[in-house]
Amino acid sequence: MFEGAIQDLIDELGRLPGIGPKSAQRLAFHLLQADDADVARLVSALQRVKELVRFCATCFNVAESEECRICRDPRRSDESICVVEEPKDVVAIERTGEFRGRYHVLGGAINPLEGVGPDNLRIRELMARLASGEIKELILATDPNTEGEATATYLALLVKPMGIAVTRLASGLPVGGDLEYADEITLGRAFEGRRAV
Amino acid sequence: MYVRRLELTDFRSYSRAEIDLDPGPSVIVGPNGYGKTNLVEAMGYVATLSSHRVSSDQPLVRVGAERAIVRCAIVHDERELLVELEIVPGKANRARLGRAPVTRARDIVGALRLVLFAPEDLALVRGDPAERRRYLDDLLVQRQPRYAGVRADYERILKQRNALLRTAYLARKVGGTGGRTGDLSTLDVWDSHLAQHGADLIAGRLDLCAALGTHVAKAYDAVSAGRGEARVGYDARSWLESGQVSLDRVAIAERLGEALSAARPSEVERGVTLVGPHRDDITLTLGEMPAKGYASHGESWSLALALRLAAFELLRGEGIEPVLVLDDVFAELDTGRRDRLAEMVAAASQVLVTCAVEADVPRLLAGERYVVGEGEVRRGR
Repeated sequence: MFEGAIQDLIDELGRLPGIGPKSAQRLAFHLLQADDADVARLVSALQRVKELVRFCATCFNVAESEECRICRDPRRSDESICVVEEPKDVVAIERTGEFRGRYHVLGGAINPLEGVGPDNLRIRELMARLASGEIKELILATDPNTEGEATATYLALLVKPMGIAVTRLASGLPVGGDLEYADEITLGRAFEGRRAV
Repeated sequence: MYVRRLELTDFRSYSRAEIDLDPGPSVIVGPNGYGKTNLVEAMGYVATLSSHRVSSDQPLVRVGAERAIVRCAIVHDERELLVELEIVPGKANRARLGRAPVTRARDIVGALRLVLFAPEDLALVRGDPAERRRYLDDLLVQRQPRYAGVRADYERILKQRNALLRTAYLARKVGGTGGRTGDLSTLDVWDSHLAQHGADLIAGRLDLCAALGTHVAKAYDAVSAGRGEARVGYDARSWLESGQVSLDRVAIAERLGEALSAARPSEVERGVTLVGPHRDDITLTLGEMPAKGYASHGESWSLALALRLAAFELLRGEGIEPVLVLDDVFAELDTGRRDRLAEMVAAASQVLVTCAVEADVPRLLAGERYVVGEGEVRRGR
């Protein structure tokens, strides 16, 4: 244990995800020895992120104004919405450059063990968007795990009666890899989901 | 397939042990409590990443040591493969295949195929249904590794569904609607996923049961000299009223879905999932009688042995021949049964037999001999 301020800093850093006690200590001493200007920049970045960043009123992605960059973009199609769990999933899909529609960020997935039900997610807001009648396709891009699949099924059951096409991202083999290095679960699923060529 | 060399560091009672093994039968002799079973347990751990004796890793590491290391040289099709496994209690195991580290220890499963029969296996006949389900599911994964994923997915869905039911149950008990209400609107979703993945698992088990049937009957017949026929059946009473189970995956999923709807009131009442493969069992019968409760000690023992031998024969018949380990088996069997068992397995590519009294082991299996002493293993007469 250290005294006062330095221990406070270690404790605060240690509460961050992915940071253990050792890393927290290393970071704290790094900051202690860093230039005042560097530390000031970090402090202001921390403050600004809380002051300026908020959630888009439409899709709940991170934004710096009322609406996020994607919702403001007039070149994007209003006909399809891609549903993801977290803002970082939006970034991942944007990197592909394949999708030109809009997003909707749920803020998680249905997870009874963690006490997360549909009411804790932005599902009501999604339904309001779909009610406008402009949307033709809903793409479910929740994580391919138990909770993500359950969320996708739940949304599909809700949305299909509205006459909107609902699709789910495929799961399968990574591109550019060798078949022999795929683990048996991924390969097994890819086998099940094979298609005619 | 056979294990050519086994090296242990800080595993159980051994600070260090190295054994060179030959194909064919080998006998590991030593007094009780000197560590014969520890040797085969180490091999079993490399094969399945779990011990047949304990569920936690702590007892596997020698007292005072931080980690245990098991190294196995496995020969298959005249090629040698080196598997190294580092067991650190409370942390993820680290493994190497050949000289390269693998990302997940699970990737080494399949490198060594092994069927182990040990005194604990008496629980297959006399114990809870969970023991028999584990036997079936472990074999299913050995036969088709895809089922490791199916099994894990099913268990996760079951956990989530139980959590949902429990919240609903607690909300009902408290009455009123403060804080976490018992929101069951997603229960339909969990039902459909439970039915889909459950049906996948059940279809695999049924297929396996059918394939095992003749092998179990044959193996029991051999070790018991034809006193009653042993039969294996699948008991799905939580979701199937009666009759023969002969359904495909789609039909099973449908039936599971119906059973879930029917059971919903009592599930909400009790806050737990009452329908699904986690409630199923294998029925073992000898002649006309169920083995559990009716079979004598000797018969139960022979039947448990027959289940392991059937697994061995099944895997052997479908491709790679596994290593067979018979831990402390012969002391429990009479002379006739010993000889018949020896005849059955003598031709296996590798059989490792442990015993306290060497005279118990039939001559047919008296291959290479290893003597276990105080924390060491010696080869030879």
